[in-house]
Amino acid sequence: MPSPATPRPPVAGFCRQACRHPSFVAGATLSALLALAALLSLFWSPYPPAEIDIPAKLQSPSAAHWLGTDSLGRDIVSQLLVGSQNAIVVGVIAVGIGVLVGVALGCLASARRGWVEELVMRLADFTFAFPALLSAIMLGAIYGPGLLTGIVAIGIFNIPVFARISRGAANAVWSRDYVLASRAAGFGPWRITLDHVLPNIASVLIVQATISFATAILAEAALSYLGLGTQPPQPSWGRMLNEAQTQLFQAPLLAVWPGAVIALSVLGLNLMGDGLRDLLDPKLARRR
Amino acid sequence: MSVFLFKRLATLLATLAVASVLVFSVLELLPGNVAQVMLGDTATPEALAAMAHKLGLDQPAATRYGHWVAGLLHGDTAISYSYSTPTAELIAQRLQVSLPLAALAMLLTTVLALSLGVFAASRHNTLADAGVMAGSQLGIAIPNFWFAILLILVFAVKLQWVSAGGFPGWTEDDGGGLLEGLSALLLPAIALALVQAAILARVTRSAVLEVMREDFVRTARAKGLSRRAVLWRHVLRNAMIPVLTIMGLQFANLITGTIVVENVFVLPGIGRLVFQAIANRDLVVVRDVVMLLVAVVVLVNFVVDLLYALVDPRLKASDA
Repeated sequence: MPSPATPRPPVAGFCRQACRHPSFVAGATLSALLALAALLSLFWSPYPPAEIDIPAKLQSPSAAHWLGTDSLGRDIVSQLLVGSQNAIVVGVIAVGIGVLVGVALGCLASARRGWVEELVMRLADFTFAFPALLSAIMLGAIYGPGLLTGIVAIGIFNIPVFARISRGAANAVWSRDYVLASRAAGFGPWRITLDHVLPNIASVLIVQATISFATAILAEAALSYLGLGTQPPQPSWGRMLNEAQTQLFQAPLLAVWPGAVIALSVLGLNLMGDGLRDLLDPKLARRR
Repeated sequence: MSVFLFKRLATLLATLAVASVLVFSVLELLPGNVAQVMLGDTATPEALAAMAHKLGLDQPAATRYGHWVAGLLHGDTAISYSYSTPTAELIAQRLQVSLPLAALAMLLTTVLALSLGVFAASRHNTLADAGVMAGSQLGIAIPNFWFAILLILVFAVKLQWVSAGGFPGWTEDDGGGLLEGLSALLLPAIALALVQAAILARVTRSAVLEVMREDFVRTARAKGLSRRAVLWRHVLRNAMIPVLTIMGLQFANLITGTIVVENVFVLPGIGRLVFQAIANRDLVVVRDVVMLLVAVVVLVNFVVDLLYALVDPRLKASDA
């Protein structure tokens, strides 16, 4: 027997509305550029990003090297392009860990309530006491620094974020009449979670995933800057900034490009997240 | 109030206890021997045995955990491997830089965020409001360590008003002084405050706008109170709950931000200490610093909970 139909958020006209939303358009454009840069760098970059060319070190922007070269003669544009792969990989995996584990825990708490909900929420509170950097410091001290250390630390911090959000949104769905109808028809909590709760909390999760993606990029850049994240020869925006800091007096522009790319990527994702929130929850948009 | 306080205190103690077990266990679950990790692969068996004895590794884990916690509570902590100094002493020295930096950053954040948030809300849907919102959106996207580097670039490299980093000390004996110390912390505090203030200004604006739509605000205005008086006397107090929530959550960011920014400005604080400890494989220092920072995050959240109750007595009534 099929469970009662769940009201879905209207999708018709979403694209038209999205195209008229300035913050969404700006954010989606910047995010698309980030994704395109990562895609392009899989097949092409002006120079191999790790190629050392000492005679060409610390060059100013020119036709040969559009944004110049670093202290080892490596091309900045190539490093920025390949570094975008890193940002996307960290974002996808760290947010993926948060979504998979956090949403499962949040939905479990909402479906079971009682002590299960209390336990999950206390665990979430507890995990908040370990910011990603502290987890990365502990993991880095033991297993050594690396991309995996960074991803795991950021992913762990995302779990309580998604657990709290999905539990709050799921609790609201569980109080709806159509869920009551499903329960009266004999459907169990898992079926109701799959058929009604998850489709109805998806929009909230998409918005949070976009914002968490931006946070993950910032966190990975900070970890790489500190030497706890991506290791050489893999280029990363955070480490480029670390290396540029030692050349501030000779080549100040080196410290500008990677930071600007990080800021634009994060700005794009945040604007897109804000736009999505307005588009998917017009009630909230009116209040903002 | 007592039930409210008791519940919050019990949660605080339980969280600290679980956190201490976790921090201790994570460094216990090392792949291999702790002494080996600290001394490296080239260490002789005699050196390994001596280090294992020094760290108390010949005792059961539960006993070592008990000693560690008792030591933390009494300030009688383990000796750092690389500094040959008790970790409590090391941490106390470094806090002389980190605490004033965090306090200065928090002060700048609060002043900047509350002023901008209230300013934007009181000019809702004007160009000024849009400007504050756009500026804050940009502020949130800027990594604090990049902003710190840009500050060094402008004020140390181009204008040469300040040094590019370092800390002269708080006393003349150290070669510094109060003013010199504060001026060395000013740029790092600004770098830390920018992102925090950008987030908090948005929250303050939303919270103030929300409260301004309430009936009691209309009543206060109808009574003849000026817009400014209503804003500061009625609206801001009621808008403080979400603002305090975010300030509490931001404290964790402030701590991690302090670690990063201290490394940018080469300040001899907790952040530098923990990274030097990682480089030196001084796990005792890493463990105690991480535990301290986790305890600070948990304690600040506890204080924020108590502040909620002071700002909004309904919360403590419903909780009791």
